[in-house]
Amino acid sequence: MTENHQPNRTYKTVGKTFRKKDSMQLLLGEPTYVDDITDRKDCLTVKILRSPYPNAIVEEIKTDVAKKVPGVAAIYTWEDVPKNRFAIAGQTYPEPSPYDRLILDRHVRFTGDAVAIIAAEDEKAAVKAMKLIKVSYRVLEPVLDMHTAKDNPILVHPEEDWFPPLPVGGDNKRNLVASEQSGHGDVDGVMADCEIRIEHTYHTKAFNQAMMETFRTYTELDRYGRLHVISSTQIVFHVRRILSTALGIPKSKIRVEKPRIGGGFGAKQTAVCEVYPAFVTLKTGRPAKLIYTREESQIAGSPRHEMEVTVRLGANKDGKIRVLDLYTLSNSGAYGEHGPTTVGLSGHKSIPLYTGSLEAYRFCYDVVYTNVQAAGAYRGYGATQGIFALESAVNELAEKLHIDPTVLRERNMVREGMVMDAYYGETANACALDRCMARCKELFHWEEKYPVRELGGGKIRCAGVAMAMQGSCISNLDVGSATVKLSDDGTYNLIIGAADMGTGCDTILAQMVAECMDCELEDVAVFGADTDVSPYDSGSYASSTTYITGKAVEKACTDLKQQIIEVAAGMLNCPAAELSFSGKGVTRMQTGEFVPLTDISYKIQLNSNRSAIATASSCSPVSPPPYMVGMVEIELDKLTGQVTVLDYVAVVDCGIPINPALARIQTEGGLVQGIGHTLFENVTYDSHGKPIENSFMQYKLPTRLDMGHLQVEFENSYEPTGPFGAKSIGEIVINTPAPALAHAIYRATGVWHRELPITPEQIAMGKE
Amino acid sequence: MEIKIKLNGRQVAASVEPDMLLIDFLRKQGCVSVKCGCETTNCGLCTVLMDEVPVLSCAVLAARADGHSIFTLEGLREEASEFVGFIADQGADQCGFCNPGFVMNTIALLRENPDPTDDEIRAYLAGNLCRCSGYDGQLRGIRTFLESRRGKA
Repeated sequence: MTENHQPNRTYKTVGKTFRKKDSMQLLLGEPTYVDDITDRKDCLTVKILRSPYPNAIVEEIKTDVAKKVPGVAAIYTWEDVPKNRFAIAGQTYPEPSPYDRLILDRHVRFTGDAVAIIAAEDEKAAVKAMKLIKVSYRVLEPVLDMHTAKDNPILVHPEEDWFPPLPVGGDNKRNLVASEQSGHGDVDGVMADCEIRIEHTYHTKAFNQAMMETFRTYTELDRYGRLHVISSTQIVFHVRRILSTALGIPKSKIRVEKPRIGGGFGAKQTAVCEVYPAFVTLKTGRPAKLIYTREESQIAGSPRHEMEVTVRLGANKDGKIRVLDLYTLSNSGAYGEHGPTTVGLSGHKSIPLYTGSLEAYRFCYDVVYTNVQAAGAYRGYGATQGIFALESAVNELAEKLHIDPTVLRERNMVREGMVMDAYYGETANACALDRCMARCKELFHWEEKYPVRELGGGKIRCAGVAMAMQGSCISNLDVGSATVKLSDDGTYNLIIGAADMGTGCDTILAQMVAECMDCELEDVAVFGADTDVSPYDSGSYASSTTYITGKAVEKACTDLKQQIIEVAAGMLNCPAAELSFSGKGVTRMQTGEFVPLTDISYKIQLNSNRSAIATASSCSPVSPPPYMVGMVEIELDKLTGQVTVLDYVAVVDCGIPINPALARIQTEGGLVQGIGHTLFENVTYDSHGKPIENSFMQYKLPTRLDMGHLQVEFENSYEPTGPFGAKSIGEIVINTPAPALAHAIYRATGVWHRELPITPEQIAMGKE
Repeated sequence: MEIKIKLNGRQVAASVEPDMLLIDFLRKQGCVSVKCGCETTNCGLCTVLMDEVPVLSCAVLAARADGHSIFTLEGLREEASEFVGFIADQGADQCGFCNPGFVMNTIALLRENPDPTDDEIRAYLAGNLCRCSGYDGQLRGIRTFLESRRGKA
């Protein structure tokens, strides 16, 4: 246990609110994003010609007329690109996601799949040329229904060179991306012995992250002739590897950096658009930029996996939940990015919530290919889907047994110290879920708001509840790193490979440096992320940055302090063991001699064989779950089906919040995003499997009039493996709105809605 | 075609295509605070002031701005600085991509209605989408600014 590892310790910088280090630049509209900082006059505009068919073979493609459009620099088709398959999922090598993509494939697999790359002097020329490309397609029958995908004679990926780097139970000859079964105990025996059984199937759709900045990438050859990529990405190192594989060039020839990112939410954990401009720059030697339109982001992005989760729950009449049996059918769409991994969370990050009473569990899944837009990573990453299903089923049990759903949960929930069989056997080291529930009930006034209140005129007020969990990192896999160095005026540079996508990780990691080095936050400059400069980091995803990279920061600071002490030992001509570090310098305890930090840092630059720079990496054998409880009060108009969110109270256990204001905003943002996919954001398809909601005109994000009053609090726990006791916050917060709202809507209408979103039409018509 | 615009208080003359959008013109003039989030007038990110009135620059032709005054955040940083720190104190800037449009519309709100209620703030800014913050932090920031200003007055 290091000096920072003491429960209930108060800190100088950690656990305090500070402005984000980039906030004034962002709020005053300074140039900080990809398109703002890449304005070379000779830059080519890149556009993608997309398939109008969900499943087709490009028989012939004629570009001669299009190439004659003035300003067109190049047009590339499947014939021009390398033939090595790769995955664009941002995952640690060897990736669980299958290698099923080419930069351009002759076989197009969804409406919107890339057919040709056009590079031109300006957008007008590119668009004009795009319209003049003549393509003859051999149109094939598509697989559009995920229920019929497995073992369908029509194959989404019939190719012989389909390659899974890891065995995840996939088989392209069965349209299977992945498949697995796991469990513990005698599920069928316990189920048969239960007094009450509930079985329902819950359906969530391919919701879009809809970050405000669409996918975009700029590429150029740098002054050494290397491929320099400036991209809006969460995963600079994975992008470098993906480009290296796709383009067939060594990583030493590629540099990937990210400037500020206009939101990610997981969308940018996939290299959705990087390969196209990179290929153009390699071929032409010229700078190239691709900016996805909103429509492209909606139809050819990387949305949530559509899932159907079937829950079988067995309980006793006293409300003891004894057995859970989940089956998830996940729709990966045309390509397998994140397919094998998201699905796992639908069971492994829902079932453990009921560890308290569970005697047995089973979790099985199939992930299938279909000819719709490929899915990817989205905040919550499968847990969102599984928690909607399981929490809804538990609410159905409570209503059936006429037990208060909060009381039912108190009888069954996971508590600190329990071993979670369904969570890889991990122990809940830090778990304040019980306190979250108690506090949430109190803040929300559950006793008053849970009963259904008729207001007259068909209007009803009532409430719903849900719990949630997530993880903090991918255990035994994610690696976070940090470099901390001393500057010659006694300030510090922190260099990271994690990606602040607006969440504020640059700032909270700097807070940790300030805490460890006992200095002010403004004395820590942060830089991230650039593959040429940053130490390796898996990237910002899987709720890992605070927990994993934070730990690396702590380790690097411990090392740096020792280095500084050793330099001072040389200056004072005494053993290092006699010295102690404080933020201002180093003191020799016995004599009171003091060397200021500035003198130490100048010493390093003068006649010195020592440096003061430390890099540390961190990985964790566990992925400690944050927990939370959410409660919502709604007013429902029975005549119109209109749901108005009045109050949302959330109490979160993220260990400790490193920066309470930022943790609160994470929570509030996640709640509103969750309210969005529960009530407003719909995904329906035309006959070609193309999403109809392809703009913000139809894909309705919640506005500030749609989310009611939010109230967020934290119940701290202490995670011994985390930095300063911290766990994660970024993902869990999206998980409670769907089950809590579905519960409240049932309370008002007597109808369980088991498909998202729950629209006014469905409510008014009483359709399940 | 030739257009003359008073951009951030400075006369600008330029030759533009008839179909050029104001947002593209402004970004070309170096006003890159102006962001495009949707192309369909739904997100509010491209909000600028045209003759003091907030407009969506993705829905205005550059030619339409001929003879008019346009202000982007580049020209109003001093006025914005009065309140944006309060948004930062809440951590509500987040990814920042929607910030310029939000800040421009907030400037318009506060010029029009210097002491708005929470409901007036929500209604005025309803067209400014934000995917990160959940909106309440922005509201708290504006509210704190108004209270601090009242305290000073």
